[in-house]
Amino acid sequence: MAEHPRTTAYRALLVAQVRAQTQYRFSFWLDAVSSSVVSLLDIVAVLVLFRATPALGGFSVRQCLLIASLGNVAFSLADAVVGNIDTMRQYIRTGRLDSILLRPMGVLPQLVFGDFAPRRLGRVLQSGLVLAGTLIWLDPQWTAGRVVLVVAAPLAGAVIFGSVFVAGSTVAFWFVESGEFANAFTYGGRDFTLYPISIYPGWFRKIFAYGLGFAFVAYYPALALLGVPDPLGAPPALAWCSPLIALPAVLAAALVWRVGVRHYRSTGS
Amino acid sequence: MGIDVPWPRPGTLRTSLALAGAGFRRWATYRQAMLAGAFTNTIFGFLRCSVMLAVAGGAGGVAAGYRGPQLVTYVWVGQGLLAVVQLWGWTELADRVRTGDVQCDLLRPIHPVLTYLTADLGRAAFAMCTRFAAPLVVGALAFQLYVPHRLTTYPLALVSVLAATVVSFGVRYLVNLSAFWLLDIRGVLVAWLLCANVLTGLYFPLAFLPGWVQPILWYGTPFPSILQAPVDVLVERGSEAHQLSILAVQLGWAAAVLALAVLVQRRAERRLVVQGG
Repeated sequence: MAEHPRTTAYRALLVAQVRAQTQYRFSFWLDAVSSSVVSLLDIVAVLVLFRATPALGGFSVRQCLLIASLGNVAFSLADAVVGNIDTMRQYIRTGRLDSILLRPMGVLPQLVFGDFAPRRLGRVLQSGLVLAGTLIWLDPQWTAGRVVLVVAAPLAGAVIFGSVFVAGSTVAFWFVESGEFANAFTYGGRDFTLYPISIYPGWFRKIFAYGLGFAFVAYYPALALLGVPDPLGAPPALAWCSPLIALPAVLAAALVWRVGVRHYRSTGS
Repeated sequence: MGIDVPWPRPGTLRTSLALAGAGFRRWATYRQAMLAGAFTNTIFGFLRCSVMLAVAGGAGGVAAGYRGPQLVTYVWVGQGLLAVVQLWGWTELADRVRTGDVQCDLLRPIHPVLTYLTADLGRAAFAMCTRFAAPLVVGALAFQLYVPHRLTTYPLALVSVLAATVVSFGVRYLVNLSAFWLLDIRGVLVAWLLCANVLTGLYFPLAFLPGWVQPILWYGTPFPSILQAPVDVLVERGSEAHQLSILAVQLGWAAAVLALAVLVQRRAERRLVVQGG
């Protein structure tokens, strides 16, 4: 069966990128190894903090590890699929986005496949293994609901992160020199989901946990898996709301993206 | 291409000051990027500060010798210093090696290490006025910062920040020089970021680590001298003698990485093949 020509084009982009990056072999392997260590460090950081304290916001080291590893899987999934979008601000600043708009392919997939890094898949695998290890250590009482939750929560979380990645990248359409602005919400969101949300000051928590939906990535699902009530007093049903938050997040990101692309005026360099 | 005695030459000081001034002005033109960076540092300040206060709270007020306000200052000063020492993402030299533009640097009458160092110090001075100050003001408004009691701490901290910038520059320069051998330095850069995030004391104070690790890190690697050192001087961790010993370690590392940069530069120049075009 003949493939759609567009699929062939995307695949060509992907293969070219992987070949380009594996040309410099030493650099590639150093990159691959370092990258998988990077996300492991988030987990190590949690363990190091517990050398200085027995509890964090009322949660023990095992409970915090579950929250952190759920957040880590969600983030690394989103990062593997659309994390490259944060290079878009360079495309806009240098005017290279013009050549992307001229091609008869989608803008978003071109940016995503055009700078794909194979090492990101290693990070997904590694964060998945850490989550599995944490669950074995915790040994929660498995019910059908909890099995569904442990699979669905990281997926919904990845969709929330992915939406923030895409929406954040569009800032560059309006402010060309937007620099690291979006990092505050993408990487900042990752850091936020690593810890129990009860440790953050009230208004700050409201923006990140509920405004951007990050409480639904790891915190509420982890409470349900642990069978622990929320110290902030939220109803336990919130653990199941992650997909309900992910859906409007995607729609909002798609809308912002569309408006951004229409708004684009080349930098003319 | 061998310039054997790089430093003192007539007119070098005047040229260096001009280069530092140019570095300052160059960064002053990226206003949007500066604001965006300061905003991001501030958000991370809130995130890390909340975590550190939760650690101090769980530990009964004192964590690894730091009291709550000292941890607050550690976080906000750290967020400000990030930009001053430019912990992340400097690939200017590596890009010039890849494109061949680096040959222009070698033709100049001043040693490339000195040229780049002075420009970097100018950049750092601008960052002190903007990227360092902004998160610190927000931190002071939202949290209770630790204010140094001893008057001597202020000049010591300033020297420590200067030394930290030089150490950071030296390591970044060496990372970039690897482009002469590798051309694509993506891997080395990620490895440097890894060390920069954890071993400099950005993620958590290094005092949280097991006791035997700490002397290895401080004396065996330049990383604590880049971030943890100026913060520890500023929050008056230990006595004045302790502050002075931190400074001595930093100055030792600054001299070591600069000497290494000059040495590696000389080896690198022999590898240079300028491609036509």
